[in-house]
Amino acid sequence: MPVINETLGQYSELFMLLAAGTYTVAFIAFAWDLAKSSKTLRAVDLKAAASTTGERVAVAAGRVGGGLGGPDAGGPVGRAERPTSGLTVEGGTAAGDMKYAGERRAPARVAVALTVLGVLIHGAGVVTRAFGAGRVPWGNMYEFLTTGAFVAVAVFLIVLIRRDLRFLGTFVIGLAIIMLVAASAAFWTPVGHLVPALQSYWLIIHVSIAVLSSALFTLTFAMSALQLVQSHRQKNLAAGRADKLGFMRLVPNALSLENLSYRINAIAFIGWTFTLMFGAIWAEKAWGRFWGWDPKEVWTFVIWVVYAGYLHARATRGWTGTRAAWLSIVGYACVIINFTLVNTVFNGLHSYSGL
Amino acid sequence: MSESVKAKKKSPAAESAAEGKLEQAKSEAALPALGFKGMLRWAWTQLTSMRTALFLLLLLAVGAVPGSLFPQRPANPSVVTQYIKDNPSYGELLDALQLYDVYSSAWFSAIYILLFISLIGCVTPRAIAHYKAMKSQPPRTPKRLSRLPEYGTLELPADAGIPASKAINDAAGLLKKRGYRVEVRDVDGALPSLGAERGFLKEVGNLVFHTSLIGVLVSVAIGGLYGYSGQRILVEGDTFVNTLVGYDQFTPGTNFQSSSLQPYSVQLDKFEAKFDRESPGKAGQPIDYTAEVTTKETPDSPAKKETLKVNDPVSLGGTSLYLTGNGYAPMVTVRDGEGNVSFQGPVTAKVQGDNYYSSVVIKVPDAKPEQLGFVGFFLPTAFVSEDGISFSGAPELINPQLSLNSFYGDLGLDKGVPQNVFELDVKDLKQLNGRDLAAGGITLSPGATVDLPEGKGSITFDGVKKYIGVDIHHNPGQLYALIFGFLAVAGLVMSLYINRRRVWVRTGTHADGRTMVEYGLLARGEDHRLAGEAAALREIFAREWNLPDTDPATTTAVSSSTSKDQ
Ligand code: HEM
Repeated sequence: MPVINETLGQYSELFMLLAAGTYTVAFIAFAWDLAKSSKTLRAVDLKAAASTTGERVAVAAGRVGGGLGGPDAGGPVGRAERPTSGLTVEGGTAAGDMKYAGERRAPARVAVALTVLGVLIHGAGVVTRAFGAGRVPWGNMYEFLTTGAFVAVAVFLIVLIRRDLRFLGTFVIGLAIIMLVAASAAFWTPVGHLVPALQSYWLIIHVSIAVLSSALFTLTFAMSALQLVQSHRQKNLAAGRADKLGFMRLVPNALSLENLSYRINAIAFIGWTFTLMFGAIWAEKAWGRFWGWDPKEVWTFVIWVVYAGYLHARATRGWTGTRAAWLSIVGYACVIINFTLVNTVFNGLHSYSGL
Repeated sequence: MSESVKAKKKSPAAESAAEGKLEQAKSEAALPALGFKGMLRWAWTQLTSMRTALFLLLLLAVGAVPGSLFPQRPANPSVVTQYIKDNPSYGELLDALQLYDVYSSAWFSAIYILLFISLIGCVTPRAIAHYKAMKSQPPRTPKRLSRLPEYGTLELPADAGIPASKAINDAAGLLKKRGYRVEVRDVDGALPSLGAERGFLKEVGNLVFHTSLIGVLVSVAIGGLYGYSGQRILVEGDTFVNTLVGYDQFTPGTNFQSSSLQPYSVQLDKFEAKFDRESPGKAGQPIDYTAEVTTKETPDSPAKKETLKVNDPVSLGGTSLYLTGNGYAPMVTVRDGEGNVSFQGPVTAKVQGDNYYSSVVIKVPDAKPEQLGFVGFFLPTAFVSEDGISFSGAPELINPQLSLNSFYGDLGLDKGVPQNVFELDVKDLKQLNGRDLAAGGITLSPGATVDLPEGKGSITFDGVKKYIGVDIHHNPGQLYALIFGFLAVAGLVMSLYINRRRVWVRTGTHADGRTMVEYGLLARGEDHRLAGEAAALREIFAREWNLPDTDPATTTAVSSSTSKDQ
């Protein structure tokens, strides 16, 4: 048995509080960025509206000489009609490829910097907790929440390196704050040993993959929610109605949101498949049966099936877009239920919430 | 799955969702005219459509939920009985709806059986179609490559001296190296072209994934047919022999035969439980359970020492043994009214509350002249609260105590009705000891003896042993389920990350000696990296023909250029 170090445990709790504080400031900066950028973007939009059409014609025209000249050659007319696999920018939304654009957004930079600071402090909290207990820091609800929030923010920052998803900042950081507060207020548990049921290397494998997948599902949940709002707004804009949701200018169009969240959901689905399989292997080791419809198993299965439904929806005519986004949201709701209600209210073999 | 196969045969106009609905409505309206065969075919088409699969999947998710809301018989039959008693208004109704047996209920079975029929119904034609596709040549070159999602042109200057036929053969070589299957057409014509395709494994992955799901289901079914499971409580010193009579509880699979039990034996030598004594607020929480056992593969095999722990089962004779519970077994000697020892040995106390607060039932059918029975509690560390209620203050044996009420009369064991060893029906018995009686209750510390009133005998608390609960399982399907599970993941990854792509290239030589090359790419299914592939192809073409690096922004997707411009 490892030795419990309570001093480290106390440091850990201090770090968690500091991290929550830093995130709160970052949250405000992200919100400010949304508000401020929507104003500047409106001005940019107005200017761009005039030039866009001109540029497209110019681009196409530049290619006229390049074709073969025969009846089969692609002239400018054919080009204009063909569907593109990339994404076009639609009026009133941000660039669909979610690459960093040239303009500087000071509040967003501040927000990201604060988030990095917060995640470092948060990471220190997770690490000191692990050393304080002498084991992986995910053995009860308090630890699932604090470590889960850390992974969610870390994954968000890693994705930020390649894509400009700063518009998700308020969402992700807001959620991380809620998780940290819930952990400290409702699920607080002092550093301690694992109960025998959890003493297995499968705890390391199974739970870490579950937490990672959940972090990815968190991102796609935020994106799917925004997708619904954006698609509603795009319809309004297309119908020529006034834009009541100006801050959504910073957010890409609904289709790009859907495509990126599909790709993240695909990764997370593979992760969840492993979560389910490793859980079954562990259950076989611990209880002698790999599947027994314990409430936790039921909900893990339900989540898996809902996201399988989501993947199918994307391949079914009439089910892409808004309906797929709803499935992604329902899937995340199940993830939340699996973590909260199933751990605390339903009783099953997975009663190790540490409460 | 049939969706994409079907789509090819339809006119492009039928692609739109509205059109699809219209078609469906038409076929529904035409139903009476179809006849029996037609109706079957119609039903089959419906069942194997992607839309139905999606609907059934979502239904499966919804159907699984009640099993977590209501107690389930297979997991805990007594809780279900209690639940029905506690909820007289709707308890029976839920039972009629099979909500206590969700996963073996008619309706849940119907959902997943339909789902799997649908699955087989679409995997099979799709596999055949894919097999044919793999054998056939890439599709003919479209007239207008420029309509494809990715399109580009290259111009080979006249002084390079590469005619259209050589250019197309060069391109074919490059594409082959990149893993494409290539067919060159019309090499010596005015506009030679090629069709190329790669990524057949994507579809193979998808088929492997879906087929493996069927494999998992079949494996689970095999486990249910040929497997078995049972439980046995072992007190320190006890030996379990793997025969039907050796089990306290036994659940055979449908096709189980008792001859398949290998008569191995397991003796519990020692059990040790460690409890947390350092973490504040968690004192008394278990941190380790270890059982030392001696096993023999067959009655004649050499004995072997093994350790049985939670999460660390012992494998023996094709079964696995799991440590699933533990508790205390007070050792008791009961003498009857005639002074003879009528019971001696450990009594397994059933853990009921915190710190091993356990219930005890002792039945002494051999006592004479009257049979004796005892009911009460065992406390490893007895404390009495201010209001006189006994509780256990710690999980360890610090101040063990046995508190019992005693009864005499006919225990009813001879009637042949099976009885629960943990319950004593005192309805027809006369009470001897009890808190409310003059004689009071029996309270025993180790070594103490108490005489029963009316000369009915005596009871001695000799000491305490430990016991463990062992689950024994045999599941011949589980290895296959694991294999199919991993196959499914492999198929899933292939299906999601291999891209099925088609490339067409067409070349032509202008009168002035310039050779023009145009190419187009098309993906089947989701492929966000198609633009990247187009750029990569452009680069290797340019390198092959020593062309200066042209700015891809002006020739590849319009989209990428416009989004950059803004
Ligand atoms: C019942 C009939 C079923 C049909 C007709 C069907 C059809 C399909 C098709 C056509 C795809 C490929 C989608 C694409 O090309 O993008 C697919 C993918 C998938 N299916 Fe099914 N499926 C069925 C059952 C199931 C079941 C029972 C599950 C598991 C719960 C499942 C899980 C998946 C998953 C996770 C994918 C994603 C992999 C991919 O995109 O290739 N399917 N299914």
